Amino acid sequence: MKRVAPNLLIGGVLVALVVGVAALSLVWTPYDHAVLNVRGKFQGPSLAHWLGSDQLGRDVLSQLMVAARNSMTVALISVLVGGTIGVALGLTAAALGGLVEEAIMRVADIGFAFPALLFAIMLAASLGPSLWNAVAAIAFINIPIFARVARASANQIWTREYVLAARAAGLGRFAISRDHILPNIAAPVIVQATIEFAVAILAEAALSYLGLGAQPPAPSWGRMLSEAQTLMYQAPQLAIYPGLCIVAAVLGFSLLGDGLRDATDPRLARAR
Amino acid sequence: MAYLLIRRTLGFVLTLFAVSVVVFAAMNILPGDPALTILGLDATDDALAALRAELGLNDPPLIRYLHWVGAALTGDFGVSHSFGVPVSGLIAERLPLTVSLAVSGMVVTVAAALALGIAAAANRGRAGDWAVMFLSQIGVAVPAFWLSMLLVLLFAVTLRWLPPGGFPGWEEPAAAARALILPTVSLALVQSAVLARVTRSSALEVMRLDYVRTARAAGFSRRRVLWRHVLPNALIPIVTIVGMQFAALVTGTIVIENVFYLPGLGRLVFQAISNRDLPTVQALVTLFAAIVVTANFVVDLLYLAIDPRLKARS
Repeated sequence: MKRVAPNLLIGGVLVALVVGVAALSLVWTPYDHAVLNVRGKFQGPSLAHWLGSDQLGRDVLSQLMVAARNSMTVALISVLVGGTIGVALGLTAAALGGLVEEAIMRVADIGFAFPALLFAIMLAASLGPSLWNAVAAIAFINIPIFARVARASANQIWTREYVLAARAAGLGRFAISRDHILPNIAAPVIVQATIEFAVAILAEAALSYLGLGAQPPAPSWGRMLSEAQTLMYQAPQLAIYPGLCIVAAVLGFSLLGDGLRDATDPRLARAR
Repeated sequence: MAYLLIRRTLGFVLTLFAVSVVVFAAMNILPGDPALTILGLDATDDALAALRAELGLNDPPLIRYLHWVGAALTGDFGVSHSFGVPVSGLIAERLPLTVSLAVSGMVVTVAAALALGIAAAANRGRAGDWAVMFLSQIGVAVPAFWLSMLLVLLFAVTLRWLPPGGFPGWEEPAAAARALILPTVSLALVQSAVLARVTRSSALEVMRLDYVRTARAAGFSRRRVLWRHVLPNALIPIVTIVGMQFAALVTGTIVIENVFYLPGLGRLVFQAISNRDLPTVQALVTLFAAIVVTANFVVDLLYLAIDPRLKARS
């Protein structure tokens, strides 16, 4: 039997764990994550509360589980939306070529001038901070990234003989992009999506930490950390768990992305 | 060479222009009434109308944009609503801290990454290599703001060696430097994890080449070959990443300043957001985006300087 690459294996396990916990939180958490119990605040780990309780007596484990779900949802929506628009732009650029391609790619370059944080700051200043603005900001920075990947891969496919054959058979540029180019650039796009998923989880955590993402009482790993920061002397343990969750999720998706890239592009794997 | 230089410079100026358009559009054309944002929901219609007239909100967007850019080019970013002083003054006051943080972060990043990356490449497959690769893999996944909290927990709360945050001002250089140690390390650790990986793979790539074997065969020491022959040629991908990282570091300072309560530009932008101070936010976002664009431009220029192939081609 072929040995599974370690990054694929560890990444896969971590992703399964995080996604599994997020899915489980839909049907079951040990407690209602939002129920306050002021008399039972700052509890240490116990059989009743596996990871203890926070400054308002809320169960930490339940909050972490719901936060996992929120984090996955934000990452999924932003990568899906940004990725779809980006891939569409990249395919269009490759299909039409010439000035249109140049124009699309130059505009994409401008997108790189705005890290997610700057974009979220602009949206928060003009519309007020909200989780949806964070999603929009993360989705937006994904557009130029996917446009570049899709265009570069698509341009390679356009030179293949079966594409020439399809053109000779009278198929239009749009139909070729849909039927022949898109399926053949799926591998690099999926690899990029996995890596950007990790980036999106980090971005959501940072934005929520800064108050530009999830708003109270929605649980988010980043927001839990910003609350824990003011309580570092009373309850340092609260500053540990959410961070470990972020690391597990980000590490999982980036290892999985690396592993998938090595598996789908042997040329790169050898070079490492 | 000259042609490439002109082309890049033109692209740089156009991108800066586009950035200003994007920022202006995001802050002024998106739904949301700045007058209402400033005065709050209780404001009377008369007060709103008066403020709109004062802010020039009744002018067409194009006129407002031209006013803003024209003034910004002369260093005038308008008056801050919440501080009641010119935004340019606020920026000048806080810029030194942010720049010191970004520059010291970059220096530590490059020094640590080059040392670790080259050491890992030289010891390929051995324990040291695995340790560097393992740590850098974890490092990439650690949010800088969480790392800061852990460092504060260890060095400020538990050991009490360093302050947990705040800034004493430049009048006390020693205390100021101490206040910047943890923020600098937090910024640099994550970035050097990324850069160490790039350095390692780039060095490994070069080490396979014939001229390196020739240099070794000619009797140069391992160390000399590594630093004098391998490193210079491994620098090209490293420079690209460093440029991108400088941009990441500058936006990273926004986060880190808020973690450590440092009065720099990043803290200012958040004070401006919570005070609904649009001119200040607009100026700062433009400034940060301009720094990112400039960093990318400098990388392009460095390419021309270090990659002889680009010189030969034009």
